[in-house]
Amino acid sequence: MKSSVIVFPGSNCDRDVAVALEKMQFKNQMVWHKETKLPQSDLIVVPGGFSYGDYLRSGAIAGKSLIIDEVIKAANSGCLILGICNGFQILTETGLLKGTLLRNKNLRFINKDIHIKVLNNDTKFTNKYNNEQILKINIAHNEGNYFTNSNHLEELKKEKLIAFKYCNETGDINDDSNPNGSLENIAGIFNSNKNILGMMPHPERMVDEVLSNKDGVNLFSSLLK
Amino acid sequence: MKFSVTVTLKKDVLDPQGTVVQNTLVDMGMNNLKSIRQGKHFEIEVNENNQANAVKKVDEMCKKLLVNSIIEDYKINKI
Repeated sequence: MKSSVIVFPGSNCDRDVAVALEKMQFKNQMVWHKETKLPQSDLIVVPGGFSYGDYLRSGAIAGKSLIIDEVIKAANSGCLILGICNGFQILTETGLLKGTLLRNKNLRFINKDIHIKVLNNDTKFTNKYNNEQILKINIAHNEGNYFTNSNHLEELKKEKLIAFKYCNETGDINDDSNPNGSLENIAGIFNSNKNILGMMPHPERMVDEVLSNKDGVNLFSSLLK
Repeated sequence: MKFSVTVTLKKDVLDPQGTVVQNTLVDMGMNNLKSIRQGKHFEIEVNENNQANAVKKVDEMCKKLLVNSIIEDYKINKI
């Protein structure tokens, strides 16, 4: 499997995700945002960070960068796209994923390990997880409060496009286990073809027992099939 | 030609920053305060003599970059 990680000024999880991908035997390349051609890739990762200092809106400027046109073309022809944290924000700004990420409800930057529940394991990104599996995973964001209109929310539920929801360690999904005010505790969503996943939590930070845990490993190994 | 663009969160979108500012002003004794919505303000100069064309250009800038139409409304005014 070949992967590309897009790098913007202000990306800061690009090398972390590259390490995770290489650990999982992906052949990875870093692609600078000013490039106009993407290397042949099975997976494109839009990594976390603070692209362009979050100017205007998180992800807004990166969402108009040169390489993004190529990412959109690849996405439309079925290439797998993974947007993590700021990458998720960028994907919503491009329109590849619907909805948007608002400021956290408590107005604070949140950096902590939380729990999420796998809602749909019948996808290329999640097939190595069990349905309803609870993962302990890190979040680090200021704008993670997912919002979308009621029609799209219905579509997300009906088509099983909600990938993960925030929960507590026993799996309860409620206001107390919602760290950022996200609509219905949504932590990650797919597009309608399920070849694009956007998520606020950081799976690349959970691939090594020494640093954290290995709850993120299966997301990358699911893609290897 | 110069324009101002005011961007605000839509009515049904939560505005936690506006709420905090509002609560603080109330705490400071501003009792008549009814509501506050926080927004963004742009001043844009366009090289164009025809106002209709200029407004069209600014509107395009809003739609393509300045505004996220899912959550934000905007107003264009000539200044």
